[in-house]
Amino acid sequence: MTTPLIEFRDVTKCFGNRTVLEGVNLKIYEGEITTIIGLSGAGKSVLLKHIIGLLKPDRGTIFFRGKPIAHMQKQEIKEFFSKMSYMFQGNALFDSLTVYENIALPLVETTNLKKDKIHRRVMARVKQTELTEAIHKYPSELSGGMQKRAALARALVTDPQIVLFDEPTTGQDPVRKNAILSMIAQYQKKFGFTAIMVSHEIPDVYFISNRVLALYDRKIVFQGTPEELEEFDHPFNDEVISSLESLQKELTGLYSRRQFKILNSAHLKRKRSAEPYAIVVFTLVDMNFIIANLGSDLAYDALQRMCTYIDKHFGVIGGLSARFSTSEIVTMLPHSDLEEAQNILDDFIKDFEGEGIESFWNWIKANKWETIAEPVTFTIVAGVAEGTPVTKIENAIDLAKANQKEIWSAKVCRQGVNV
Amino acid sequence: MLISLFTGMVLGLQSYHALTTFGAEGAVGTLVALSLIREMGPVLSAIMITARAGSAIAAEIGIQRISEQIDALHTMRIDPLRHVVSPRVAAAIISFPLLTTVFDLVGMVGGYISSVLLLGLNHGVYINSIQASVDLKDITDGLIKSVVFAVIVVTVCCYQGYFAHMRKDSHGAKAVGMATTSAVVISCVLILVSDYVVTSLLI
Repeated sequence: MTTPLIEFRDVTKCFGNRTVLEGVNLKIYEGEITTIIGLSGAGKSVLLKHIIGLLKPDRGTIFFRGKPIAHMQKQEIKEFFSKMSYMFQGNALFDSLTVYENIALPLVETTNLKKDKIHRRVMARVKQTELTEAIHKYPSELSGGMQKRAALARALVTDPQIVLFDEPTTGQDPVRKNAILSMIAQYQKKFGFTAIMVSHEIPDVYFISNRVLALYDRKIVFQGTPEELEEFDHPFNDEVISSLESLQKELTGLYSRRQFKILNSAHLKRKRSAEPYAIVVFTLVDMNFIIANLGSDLAYDALQRMCTYIDKHFGVIGGLSARFSTSEIVTMLPHSDLEEAQNILDDFIKDFEGEGIESFWNWIKANKWETIAEPVTFTIVAGVAEGTPVTKIENAIDLAKANQKEIWSAKVCRQGVNV
Repeated sequence: MLISLFTGMVLGLQSYHALTTFGAEGAVGTLVALSLIREMGPVLSAIMITARAGSAIAAEIGIQRISEQIDALHTMRIDPLRHVVSPRVAAAIISFPLLTTVFDLVGMVGGYISSVLLLGLNHGVYINSIQASVDLKDITDGLIKSVVFAVIVVTVCCYQGYFAHMRKDSHGAKAVGMATTSAVVISCVLILVSDYVVTSLLI
């Protein structure tokens, strides 16, 4: 088994007579995205601050690559921390410096880079976080969401190997929230850094996390993959996950993967074993290419509209929809067979072409995309499959994916849009 | 400037009236200049800088502390002491003696206005008595004091701001307010205490 990058053994931290962490044990592996979830005030930020060395444990040991930090040389510790970067929950931007100066500060103060090189690196990050218009403003002149993105840009400007994100998406609208999460995921793939994140965005964080740690009642009660967490039987799941999920349902209209499974099995139990149900899988093809060329705002806006529309259409006939990955939506029609589902899908396609996405395309058409290098195609594919209560739902989903056909496509190029 | 001007004027006024009783009004210049250069200049300017800049230092660093900006510096491997405290120490050590000098000069002009222009003391007597009585040691002693005060004030104010989050009596914005208050009070007391100690060592 590989040595964990960071390991906590029996870490306890008290503030006065309040114990925040009690005998915390956890492992964080290199090159993974690890998400810490828990209720507000559970001590998630305190945990992160222990990792970066802002707080020291009262009892217990923290290991870096299997070595206890207390036994490390000063130089060694310094070197280790120099690879880390931290994004604060409250942003912690320097309010007397402009956004540009804030982002450039770590480079100016800790490296010997030339001015033009620093400028290039800062501007690259500024562009990625869509802050170009705000660079000469002071943090107090920005909205909360923009401040958050400036803090994100500052945390990533040094190309760190380990990044700690303390609630990177709080205060962002749903579109930007997904954009930030996908940015973290993309960077992680590109640079292979280790990300440790505190987040409440369930289920969105599941799509990008390799591991999830659950902090509950001063302890880490769960460590494992998001899929394993769904099976995890503990008061944590009932209290924390369910409440966050129901909020998610209110906001986006879609169920989480876990709720979807629970509702499905509830439905299926009521059926006789031979009675079939239908599964439809929708996918927005090549999401990463769209993000790369048109920006994440637009891509997620398109996806969001697709979600809303699917839920509206299938929801009225008893369908359950859930996002299974960033660009994939699974809908279950519990009372339909294959033929009926195909008819419903055909209706949906007609509707969708009619008014479904019209307002979005009108907006896109109004813009001239002079900066894009090559035409970008939005393609939605959908497939139908039939399942029975005795077979696994995953099989039906895979079958539906194999049956996917293009239902709609539009091309965005420099002159405008061809539907 | 105004404070130093009026301090000098009051000094001139009081000493003129006191000294005429003994017929020694010729010593007004000596009294004004020596008390300004040795005592009033360094002490009063230090107290005024504490009120103006010291409180600002404590508040500024305190806010940086409670909004996690200092923690942010830590995480970027920028030494907060180097980045936040040392420039202020350097600035204080340079500016305290300079401001003290300005205070002394303006104070002496104030003394001239009250004793010569308003009370009719002879112009030459005032200037001459200053020239005759002030020697280099008085000036260096005064400047040494101002450097000592600079170190005390800047240390106290930076400390209070830097550790605003550790205060037991308050938190957040209130802690910054309390830190500023303590910074000014402690600085002023320490200025006067250290003035006595330094004077007794120099004399």
